[in-house]
Amino acid sequence: MVTATRTRTALEVAAQVRDPELPVLTLADLGVLRDVTEEDGRVSVTITPTYSGCPALDEMGADLRRSLLAAGFSAVDVRLSLAPAWTTDWISEDGLRKLREAGIAPPSRLGPRSTGPVPLNLTPPSQRVPCPRCGSFRTSELSRFGSTACKALRRCADCAEPFEHVKEI
Amino acid sequence: MSFDNAYESLIDHEDAHWAFGTGFTEALAGVDRDVPDVDRADLAAYCLMLGDDALVLSHRLAEWCSRAPELEEDVALANIALDLLGQARLLLTRAGEVEGEGRDEDALAFLRDERDFRNVHLAEIECGPFAGGDFATTVARLLVFSSWKIAQYSRLRGSADPVLAAVAAKGLKELAYHRDHAAQWVVRLGDGTDESHERMRAGIERVWPFLDELYAPHPVETRLAGVAVDPAELRSEVDGVLDAVLSAAGLTRPADVPAARVNGRAGRDGVHTESFGYLLAEMQHLHRSLPGAKW
Repeated sequence: MVTATRTRTALEVAAQVRDPELPVLTLADLGVLRDVTEEDGRVSVTITPTYSGCPALDEMGADLRRSLLAAGFSAVDVRLSLAPAWTTDWISEDGLRKLREAGIAPPSRLGPRSTGPVPLNLTPPSQRVPCPRCGSFRTSELSRFGSTACKALRRCADCAEPFEHVKEI
Repeated sequence: MSFDNAYESLIDHEDAHWAFGTGFTEALAGVDRDVPDVDRADLAAYCLMLGDDALVLSHRLAEWCSRAPELEEDVALANIALDLLGQARLLLTRAGEVEGEGRDEDALAFLRDERDFRNVHLAEIECGPFAGGDFATTVARLLVFSSWKIAQYSRLRGSADPVLAAVAAKGLKELAYHRDHAAQWVVRLGDGTDESHERMRAGIERVWPFLDELYAPHPVETRLAGVAVDPAELRSEVDGVLDAVLSAAGLTRPADVPAARVNGRAGRDGVHTESFGYLLAEMQHLHRSLPGAKW
């Protein structure tokens, strides 16, 4: 019973750690927290990178470790998983809402994908991304690559504000 | 413990920050790292080939930082370089652990000399921003490289090596964005003004001689059936993609005149082009001047 409680505490503490680059989201919202196990006060946490070169990964590990040690666990082992690869479909419904509230357009759901040839797109996507500020659908992509690997930069034609969009992957 | 903002978590901290290879994270900690039943030296060599392709092109793209034609492009090329650097870290770490001589990703990236690098020439040639190219040449190279890597990684997802399969499955999604970015620029410039069309044509001509090497099987790749991808298999898929882009851009496919080899050898054998030594000098200088330096 006590063990089960400790394990649940470890999971709760890990789930509340925030993403260093999108601090409105917790690691659980973002879908990068893959597993938390606990035995005799020693916690093992598995996270997965959003993009291969995501520079926030070390930071996430350090924050997890610090938070769990502060919660009284005696040792923290942060592990990495690469497969299956992270997808924006793993961002929780709550996470999508938090992104929208922070002025960042959330990704659309991609659903299951084929393992066939990767389709080539010769024109920028005509995807309808609503402006997170005014809700207008008259928005266009300024750049596929934004301030972090996971975001594109868009602009709204109605409220004239630029905004970020977590691009689907 | 949680923080109100990202910066708070940076204060009072025992770990080094924002630099690879300095924190607590070992690149492959926790990943399924079983080594398949093949020759370990061959597998290590293959991981080096793939890792060097990604590392060297990452460095070439990073040379555009603060020099791209517009700010958005600066950010785009740097982001693409970062994806490739992430793939390179995983691949070099795998190469080091399979080799079993205690070399980590940093030792492989920064302490090898030119003849020990195994990347294809396409990744290393000067395509701009310095002499040897311009922005059009850079996007021509990126189009060819990412089209070829997509074909290679698609097949590598089924590799008997679990690390290669995982890196490929993840990297593939990133490469799809890289290829679209390059392809859209090739179309925009090729189908643009007379000046942009001419420069895009020249860029395609510049990189074309380096295609042949992409499909030439190295003995290591041949011996690693089931683990490695046979590059000869990739040609028709890559040709189809390049033809579609060139046609949309109003450009003609150049004649296939392969770049010269040295006694039949090229990048996969450690024989490199003249500009590569300069690239390594810049990339390795800090690490060699201040061994073990941390931020």
